[in-house]
Amino acid sequence: MNLFTNLYLSLDQTNKTNEKVAAMRDYFRKARPEDAAWALYFLSGNKPRQIVPSRRLRELATELAGIPDWMYEECRNTVGDSAETISLLLSEGGNKNDLPFNELVRDHLLPLRGADEEVQKAVIGKFWTDLDRAGIFVLNKLISGAFRVGVSQKLVMRAIAEEFGLPVDIVALRMMGNWEPTAEFFRTLTDANLEDEAPIARPYPFHLAYPIEDDLSKLGSLKDWQIEWKYDGIRCQVIKREGEVFLWSRGEDLINDSFPEIVAAAEELPDGTVLDGEILPFRHGRILQFQDLQKRLNRKKLTDKLLAKIPVILQTYDILESGTEDIRQKPLASRREVLEEIAGVEGTIRITEPLRSASWEKLDELRDESRSHGVEGFMLKRFDSPYRVGRQRGDWWKWKIDPFTVDAVLIYAQKGSGRRANLFTDYTFAVWNDDKLVTFAKAYSGLTDEEIRRVDRFVRDNTRETFGPVRSVEPVQVFEIAFEGIQRSKRHKSGVAVRFPRIHRWREDKKPEEADSIETIHALLEEYEPEANR
Amino acid sequence: MSSRQELLSLTDSGIYCPPGDFYLDPSKPVDVAVVTHAHSDHAYAGSNKYFVSEKSELLMKMRLGEEAVLETRRYGEEFEINGVIVSFHPAGHVLGSAQIRVEFEGEVWIYTGDFKLTRDPTCEPFEKVECDVLITEATFALPIYRWTPPDELSRQINSWWRSNIDAEKVSVLFAYSLGKSQRILKSVDPSIGPIFTHGAVENLNKAYRESGVHLPETHYVGDIEDKKEFTGGLVIAPPSAAGTSWLRRFGKHSTAFASGWMAVRGARRRRALDRGFVMSDHADWPGLIEAIDASKAKRVLVTHGFVDPLVRWLNESGKEAEPLK
Repeated sequence: MNLFTNLYLSLDQTNKTNEKVAAMRDYFRKARPEDAAWALYFLSGNKPRQIVPSRRLRELATELAGIPDWMYEECRNTVGDSAETISLLLSEGGNKNDLPFNELVRDHLLPLRGADEEVQKAVIGKFWTDLDRAGIFVLNKLISGAFRVGVSQKLVMRAIAEEFGLPVDIVALRMMGNWEPTAEFFRTLTDANLEDEAPIARPYPFHLAYPIEDDLSKLGSLKDWQIEWKYDGIRCQVIKREGEVFLWSRGEDLINDSFPEIVAAAEELPDGTVLDGEILPFRHGRILQFQDLQKRLNRKKLTDKLLAKIPVILQTYDILESGTEDIRQKPLASRREVLEEIAGVEGTIRITEPLRSASWEKLDELRDESRSHGVEGFMLKRFDSPYRVGRQRGDWWKWKIDPFTVDAVLIYAQKGSGRRANLFTDYTFAVWNDDKLVTFAKAYSGLTDEEIRRVDRFVRDNTRETFGPVRSVEPVQVFEIAFEGIQRSKRHKSGVAVRFPRIHRWREDKKPEEADSIETIHALLEEYEPEANR
Repeated sequence: MSSRQELLSLTDSGIYCPPGDFYLDPSKPVDVAVVTHAHSDHAYAGSNKYFVSEKSELLMKMRLGEEAVLETRRYGEEFEINGVIVSFHPAGHVLGSAQIRVEFEGEVWIYTGDFKLTRDPTCEPFEKVECDVLITEATFALPIYRWTPPDELSRQINSWWRSNIDAEKVSVLFAYSLGKSQRILKSVDPSIGPIFTHGAVENLNKAYRESGVHLPETHYVGDIEDKKEFTGGLVIAPPSAAGTSWLRRFGKHSTAFASGWMAVRGARRRRALDRGFVMSDHADWPGLIEAIDASKAKRVLVTHGFVDPLVRWLNESGKEAEPLK
């Protein structure tokens, strides 16, 4: 596994894209296909289910290191990562083990799931004795199901494409859907001479848009653009081929089971059709909240009650395959004509109606109505654009509404993990309820490194009380918190839950008494919560 | 403890000895200061008189100023201050660094200052001295801190330097200018390429050489006019030079930091460094425990760093221990 461990370390040590690609190419060049397949499996974000619970790993580590639980916690809080903490506590330096990576995963690690505790202990204890610090660290990441390294799927595909002389979209296509990490798969994936014969379930890579950066005038004439509402649902590719239906999410999960009504509707599509769209929770002519949709995803078994309470539709806006022909290279306007023949404006699968506007200015005004329509702004797509692969600049843009913002007071802080280990980076914010502060949201991101260091110092110098890893601080710092959605919640003291909270700005110009009150937040709730939820 | 006055206790100005009326490593100007070593967080200027170890004299002069009144004492040499017996013992931290032994009415206290047990060719090895009460530092007092052996460290730094040469990059290694830099100079293989130093480091190299520590040849960066000369070189600079325009002169370069904090990935990645070498002039966890055991102290007072975990660990191992107050 040394080759893989070194790859992990190289990727971990740099944040430069080119160096990451070079490290992966180097690995894929040297590794045997049966090992490379497993490396690819992990690098592209797949995780086997947790092999051994992290609690077990911790118990085993404290036992072997001969330290009590409280000491382990001290160490973990300082390191910010369990896998690394264990590697620091246990490694004895030398590396006496270099099993082929595929054997390690398949023959040694995967069988540990559900194995007898004594067996787990013996196997893991042996690895911890035989591997060096880096090896233990990577091994722990693999078995605790927490393997993450800073490369995107796109970057992995690029490395494969460059190393084996393939176009990126061919690699993307071959890597779509479910595949088994076998030597056979890896050889097929990297074979430059192979004619691609797509299995019927295989989806196309999604075309993704960047947020608009420039002012709109740079986009040129409004006439060249198709304007759609930007829906806040689950992006989905619907495939109907040879009588079968496949619903793929952007995370490349097959989600047929969660949305039977869309499967049923898709069965009516002509064979050889692939649609792109958004699954939305929809009842009585209104889009419900995104949180409702998650209830459908998270259930293993859907009850009739849930299906009735949270029905869904597919709002489709593109067609990638028609009559078994890949039409992604045709311009959007032509694809749209094909799509209009297949889907109507009503029903479970319905076509998105483009918006019209006299000018960019008028469009901007219309954008302000987004929230009352249950959408989050616009998608702008060039009429002549092909359906591209991955996130691309130029002919598709998302133009989102400004987030909600609230001024809140920092009241708790906790140390972060990974790159932010040992710094106070995880904050809890509160708003006023009469003369008391009530917690309202947690936020982790949004500050610059320099600001994080300053807040960290503030926390250390202004701690009131310490509860394990959490500190309460003097309530004097005001931050502007941005978020995308708001919903009632019994779980939070403030009575609301917000979506995607993050720090917008540090309002050093504001005194804590100038922070917002719970009334402001309840007013937002009244204004924007869909009636169906009230 | 009874209400009896402690022989050493913490005050606003530093550790104070009431019967001797002197301070250890005072952080403010006092009348009589006894100083463990020349790092700026231990040696503060402005006191009337300083007792320092003989080997630290040159470094102390640089830190405290030429006009400072220094009384130097050899390691192990006992001297009296107002009837209190004081002596310096090697702490193995940097050149001239000392533990301070304080004896009064038959009771012996040791203040370790900063110390390490790891072998270091630039200073005298840590001496194990027995005492009744030990005041120890706790900078790295968690069991996750266990240092890489010196030979392995040398191999790592040499191989990083060589691979940078292959990649046509200059190697820039950040290290504290007093102690760590010289230890690195003694650890690397000077046959790999030329070694350059930042001004702060070069000044201290001079003091080390004058104190009798042999260091490989170094070139002060400021003296180099043709940038081509840096090719294949190793540059040693203080951490404060990281991320500054000073680095531009080296062209393509790779950065690394040598510090005990580099043991943890997060600390390394936050600094956006290419490499971190786990190299500290403080004791690691096994070193701390070994030194505490060897002191045979009946009571351990802990200061600076992971104080609470070390105190609790010692208490749970049946030792009387508490934070230094």
